[in-house]
Amino acid sequence: MERRTFLAGTATAALAAGFAAPASAQAKKAVIGVSIPSATHGFMGGLNWHAQETIKRLKATYPNLDFVLATAGAVGKQVNDIEDMIATRNIDALVVLPFESEPLTSPVKAVKEAGKWVTVVDRGLAQAGIEDLYVAGDNTAFGRVAGEYFKANLKSGAKIVVLRGIPTTLDNERVDAFKKAIDGSGIEILDAQHGNWNRDKAFSVMQDYLSKHKKIDAVWAADDDMAIGVLEAISQAGRQKEMWVVGGAGMKEIVKRIMDKDPQLPVDVTYPPALISTALEITALRFVSDTPVYGRFIIGSTLITPENAAQFYFPNSPF
Amino acid sequence: MSDAALRPATGFRLPGLSALGPLLALILLIVLGAFLNDNFLSQGNVTNVLARSAFIGMIAVGMTFVITSGGLDLSVGSMAAFIAGVMILAMNALLPAMGVGVPLILLGMAIALAVGLLAGLTNGLLVTRAGIEPFIVTLGTMGIFRSLVTWLADGGTISLDFAVRQLYRPVYYSGLFGVAWPILAFALVAIAGQVAMRHTRFGRYCEAIGSNDKVALYSAVNVDRIRLLTYVLLGLLVGLATIMYVPRLGSASGSTGMLWELEAIAAVIIGGTALKGGYGRVWGTVVGVLILSLIDNILNLADLVSPYLNGAIQGVIIVLAVVLQRGKSAA
Repeated sequence: MERRTFLAGTATAALAAGFAAPASAQAKKAVIGVSIPSATHGFMGGLNWHAQETIKRLKATYPNLDFVLATAGAVGKQVNDIEDMIATRNIDALVVLPFESEPLTSPVKAVKEAGKWVTVVDRGLAQAGIEDLYVAGDNTAFGRVAGEYFKANLKSGAKIVVLRGIPTTLDNERVDAFKKAIDGSGIEILDAQHGNWNRDKAFSVMQDYLSKHKKIDAVWAADDDMAIGVLEAISQAGRQKEMWVVGGAGMKEIVKRIMDKDPQLPVDVTYPPALISTALEITALRFVSDTPVYGRFIIGSTLITPENAAQFYFPNSPF
Repeated sequence: MSDAALRPATGFRLPGLSALGPLLALILLIVLGAFLNDNFLSQGNVTNVLARSAFIGMIAVGMTFVITSGGLDLSVGSMAAFIAGVMILAMNALLPAMGVGVPLILLGMAIALAVGLLAGLTNGLLVTRAGIEPFIVTLGTMGIFRSLVTWLADGGTISLDFAVRQLYRPVYYSGLFGVAWPILAFALVAIAGQVAMRHTRFGRYCEAIGSNDKVALYSAVNVDRIRLLTYVLLGLLVGLATIMYVPRLGSASGSTGMLWELEAIAAVIIGGTALKGGYGRVWGTVVGVLILSLIDNILNLADLVSPYLNGAIQGVIIVLAVVLQRGKSAA
């Protein structure tokens, strides 16, 4: 409940930054601007939660750091947020998860040209060499790890269906890597439609797959929200025994079921929303120590199995 | 009986040629679906499609009255998400006090209807009492409801307690004589809506207000009251749709009900109701809803085009269905 104080995150950070500017003569505080998409679906919800938690912790640990957090529901809003941060909040560094690569490239470049530190998270910019630090999940590994599990656990001739996300390059990278990983295994992909990383959409796509295909051995749902919809459609059709499902990301409900050895959900592939914490922690190091932090930090996608699930289980996170 | 067409529609009569446009499109789609996939007409698939249509369908029936009387409601999708969120949180909160049982579910349903009624009342009062354009009012409440549910969910997903969910599940998944509950509810709402539009004073007032509210006012129609009623009715139907929606996945999040408002409005217009108001056709709305869900279903069942083009196909069929009926009449 204490998290539902809606002024907490943005407004106090904004106020603090607003007062920090004139007061900077007394104590020089480094201000880190954080711009991320708002919590419109499960993964972003988790990412927002981890961002707020990390900022809280970093502020307590390093009194000379301050943060300005802005969440944007659309590309245009994010560009405005970043312009505002430079114009009025006097930031020293920007940590940004671009809503879309192309439109954010020149605003972020302007921040860099103003002499600020730039950390880009998860989605790269359209031009190379702008950011000082790049922190991201590994989309290719995300598809590959899932594909390898399918290859190792299905016989040649097995039939699977795939649910894709929102049509984006990120989704293409994952699906291509998945296809490459199962290449030569004799596994047949019957169908690959877009479920838009959405439970409801995945539910109806899976219903249609079940009407269309008499035999399905496994489902690559490629996202835990979609996996929930898929599982519901399978149980409606009463075909739970026939197939297993692999999602992706590491939603707590799914991780819990893997811990409990649910036969329908043997494994999951991580793409942790907490990657924003990695970006924030490393960026903070830049301002509190001499640790060299420029470069690229790629967070691996690993397989969550019943044995290691406990270390991926965050019961307090909303995701 | 050539003067039958001149009288206001009071009895059942065959729809004119132009009205058959959407029906024709629906039949074409069904034939196409059956031709493309053997399982298309299987009981399982038909049930899936109809049950999926039920949420948008019930909302669209309510929307028909709002649009007929010259209004518009963009907030219904967000409203559904908000109602689902409040309903789930309330049931989870009352669980320790009431225990898992039918009373808890019934109370949850009552809460959903009450929240829907209040939300519709808010929209209606802002339109009638504050005199703000319905487009602006509901654009505002659309954002408000959407943010509220995201805030309630803390950016994540609100999930119904597992035990309650097991008990509640049959409301979506089972039914009476093999017909799923959401389909039954949709059918009842559609029939009641058709009767209300054609055979009651309320329906006639809606059309009168939509075609000319000044004349309606001078004819002693309580314009504001009828308008308010259409929004309240729509709010209640959104509540009812949510009651059927929640047992399906047992959760609500910021992305629940996304774009439902546009689907509902599209269904109403495909069905032959005039967007500028003045004429409403509830059975047409039902046909419109079915057309929309069939397109999705057929695209999934048959690998006709690249999935990237699904949206384009939907757009073409929506426009065609309207062209088919507008081509023959100036309505």
